[in-house]
Amino acid sequence: MNYFAKLGLGLAGLMAATALAAPAVAQTQLTMYYPIAVGGPLTEVVDRIVADFEAENPDIKVNAIYSGNYDDTRVRALSALNSGEPAQLAVLFSIDAYDLIEQDIIAPFDEIVTDDEGRAWLDSFYPALMANSEIEGHIWGIPFQRSTIVAYYNKDKFRAAGLDPENPPSTWDEMVEAGKALTRDGTYGLMIPSTGYPYWMFQALAIQNGKELMSKDGLHTYFDDPAVIEALEFWRSLSVEHGIMPTGTVEWGTLRQAFLEGQTAMMWHTTGNLTAVKEAAGFDFGVSVLPGNVRPGSPTGGGNFYLFKDTTEEERAAALKLIRFMTAPEQAAAWSIATGYMGVSPASYETEALKAYTEAFPPALVARNQLDNAIAEFSTFETSRVRDGLNNAIQAVLTGTKDAPAALGEAQAAAERLLAPYR
Amino acid sequence: MSRLARHIEASGAILLALVWVSPLVFAFWAAFHTTSDAVNFNLTAPWTLDNFRTAWAGAPWLRYFLNTFLLVTVVLAGQFVLTTLAGFAFAQLRFPGRDVVFILVLMQLFILPEVLIVENYAMILRLGLFDTILGVGIPYMASAFGIFLMRQAFKSVPVELHEAARIEGCSLLGILWRVYVPLARPTYLAYALVSVSTHWNNFLWPLIVTNSTATRPLTVGLSIFGAPESGVDISVISAATMMTIAPLLVAFLLFQRQFVQAFLRAGIK
Amino acid sequence: MARSIDIDRRRKAVYGWLLLLPAGVLLSLFAFYPTVATFWSSLFSRGTRRRPSEFVGAENYAALFNDPTFWTVVQNNLLYTAVTIPLSIVIALVMALWANSRIPARSFVRTAYFTPTVLPMIAAANLWLFFYTPGLGVLDQIGRVFGFAPVNWLGQPDTALWAIIIVTVWKEAGFFMIFYLAALQTIPEDLREAADIEGASRWTYTRRIVLPLLMPTTLFVMVNAMINSVKLIDHLFILTKGGPSDASKLILYYIWEMAFAFFDAPRAAAMTMLVLLVLCVVAAIQFFLIDRRTHYQ
Repeated sequence: MNYFAKLGLGLAGLMAATALAAPAVAQTQLTMYYPIAVGGPLTEVVDRIVADFEAENPDIKVNAIYSGNYDDTRVRALSALNSGEPAQLAVLFSIDAYDLIEQDIIAPFDEIVTDDEGRAWLDSFYPALMANSEIEGHIWGIPFQRSTIVAYYNKDKFRAAGLDPENPPSTWDEMVEAGKALTRDGTYGLMIPSTGYPYWMFQALAIQNGKELMSKDGLHTYFDDPAVIEALEFWRSLSVEHGIMPTGTVEWGTLRQAFLEGQTAMMWHTTGNLTAVKEAAGFDFGVSVLPGNVRPGSPTGGGNFYLFKDTTEEERAAALKLIRFMTAPEQAAAWSIATGYMGVSPASYETEALKAYTEAFPPALVARNQLDNAIAEFSTFETSRVRDGLNNAIQAVLTGTKDAPAALGEAQAAAERLLAPYR
Repeated sequence: MSRLARHIEASGAILLALVWVSPLVFAFWAAFHTTSDAVNFNLTAPWTLDNFRTAWAGAPWLRYFLNTFLLVTVVLAGQFVLTTLAGFAFAQLRFPGRDVVFILVLMQLFILPEVLIVENYAMILRLGLFDTILGVGIPYMASAFGIFLMRQAFKSVPVELHEAARIEGCSLLGILWRVYVPLARPTYLAYALVSVSTHWNNFLWPLIVTNSTATRPLTVGLSIFGAPESGVDISVISAATMMTIAPLLVAFLLFQRQFVQAFLRAGIK
Repeated sequence: MARSIDIDRRRKAVYGWLLLLPAGVLLSLFAFYPTVATFWSSLFSRGTRRRPSEFVGAENYAALFNDPTFWTVVQNNLLYTAVTIPLSIVIALVMALWANSRIPARSFVRTAYFTPTVLPMIAAANLWLFFYTPGLGVLDQIGRVFGFAPVNWLGQPDTALWAIIIVTVWKEAGFFMIFYLAALQTIPEDLREAADIEGASRWTYTRRIVLPLLMPTTLFVMVNAMINSVKLIDHLFILTKGGPSDASKLILYYIWEMAFAFFDAPRAAAMTMLVLLVLCVVAAIQFFLIDRRTHYQ
């Protein structure tokens, strides 16, 4: 009997066992590392979901470890693996896939889930959210806390500036126009964060300007393409030319607060902040898809489940079960309501809970609606370092230390150096 | 000297003091107000404990406190034993190779554990101490600074006392324990204060070798809690910061005199 | 008798080495061996799935020297060192003179100066975050009263490193003050009385008598400050993460990033070796120039 057949049998056996309830199986221990990259006391929510799962599966014990932001979590999970501490699965950046593959520590899902039912499950997610997981013909990640960038805007300020609060800008020109009307003493028209994840915001601008930043195989970057340079110049012009955004960088972490305090009338931020904004906003606010230039668009973002390679069959089966539980439509709906992240499958939007929620609060649908125009988040081999080069270029231009062609040219040259060995 | 100059000087001293405590005072104030009031400086706004409730619920602080407490205890205990033994050997025993070894030890003052994080991390993995309190503390136990300090303290112990104890039939370790250690008490105290505050505050190394709530000290817990990615809520972060520094700060304010005196008396120069 | 002296000597040597053993083992494990291992691993390439690690000689060093970020970081660290050391020493000295003179509210003043020392750097960074946040922070709020536009202290290359420096000085000065205070209290009162009788002004007395007597302390503090300028980087994790565009990245932070975020341990090892080299030079200066003159022995 080959490995996968055995695994399939094991899985089937496990499922049968749970169906019959209270099995006399020894407990399988799972350790899961996970980050929370956006606002709110979400560790509690995760703990609750895990508790629900354990109640349903008494033979599995899950140790969920909150480990900071995405970068911290990756470091923590890898440290655990290095040290021989148990770690079977983790929620990590969707864009970490290349690095994780390269370090040979994750297992592809398509080799574990081989039956038709499992394949159907793999196909049940939004294709745009799977884009970052599909590498070299395998599926390496399962979408969990996924987002796109959306535009939040302060309807009260729109009214005060004589703009239509139900009609947010849909093109760059309209956005600049509206920004000028909204900028006044103590309030900026727009803030796009440029610390934390500058490459992500920039990717949105580049997509909207008609150019993607990287090739599908993760081997090439196009930082010095004229359309990309133009996108960065546009970002810079928002502050120096149009005066609707502060000069220098805009802090990712404090931006939500700035928006809530009325320091800016519009902000671009992850949809993962939606619930936190909803709960704290003392004014009428709206959410819209990002405006387009050549085309509309946003990168996807957020975290995927990964399964580590060095695991026993039982652990894999149990981990898979946990992942399936946490991404099932009901849980996805609950997670989406608690955070603002997207429901990861079309089915989750068909659940009663999410239906009722989105009806009462339509902004919750914006991120999903944007998926049609969404593109995989920036990711290549040597992602961290290539990305770091890009981040530096962006910040250098926004702070006025370099001009766009020079800065992006340098970032491109650095990326070439890093990627050459992989080609 | 003119009165005026003296007044100017006094005001300068007090002004500088005010500037120096202002970050603490502002954070303290912000911790007790809603974020909105804090960032808008509503000085008349009502006080609230909500931030502390939110912060307290946001992380297992008690566990972090316990971890930090265990950590500083383990480190201090290890340091006392190791530096006492080594300091005594360097101070009172003459044997070949001593001075060479002493220079080697002093080298460690400059080979900072912080700089060697990569290999020390590998070593901790090899020893199987990853994600343990002992793993966080062990690289600091053989502190060159401590050894040096103890050597200085033991050197100043009069030879007569040593001889007297020896004639009474004390073993070498007995002499160390009965004569040297009691006489060096102020040095121990000063060293303890320095060590505790250093390791209570240490961050980079614990960040690297802890992986779970069961070992994470306060500083790492605080940094994870306040990771700007989770959207900075200034009041809640201030509350969390206040909570984590409160014990040390209170201890310092209560025993300030001893604290400073310990430094002065032991003459860490 | 020569025989028993010999035995005594041998026994002492055994005792001596035994007493040193525990500390020696730990120092070897966590200082000496890692130093050698760092050097060794800096000579190998990083192993990945495609290409296993292999001996590359000085290639990691060459790559480092070709890495513009490395030079930025070195420059940043030099500036950081060159500013924090004199600044914190001068402030510490002034603090000590004030805290030692007869002024009202002296104990408050002393406490205020020293308090930052007992705070974790991470906590200190959180406190300062509230100061620096653009628009909402304390600095900008104060600035607004005087009609200044908000400044993005942490978000601009020209100010980010300075913002970091200020936090470091704030944290360090009180600590160094303690050493000066200790030294000041060892200066005999008669010197001061003699100076008064001579009719020397307070300034002359300070400059001609106090400062020279504090020289050894200054040298000691200087070495400490130099070491701190390498290792005091915790606040970067909270305040800037080395940004924007590496403007506030310091070398130890870059080592950490290289090893634990980019997983390039050999490159991190090469950088570590360079830092150790610099520290060795500092150590040599300490041993051969300063120790002669201080009261170490």
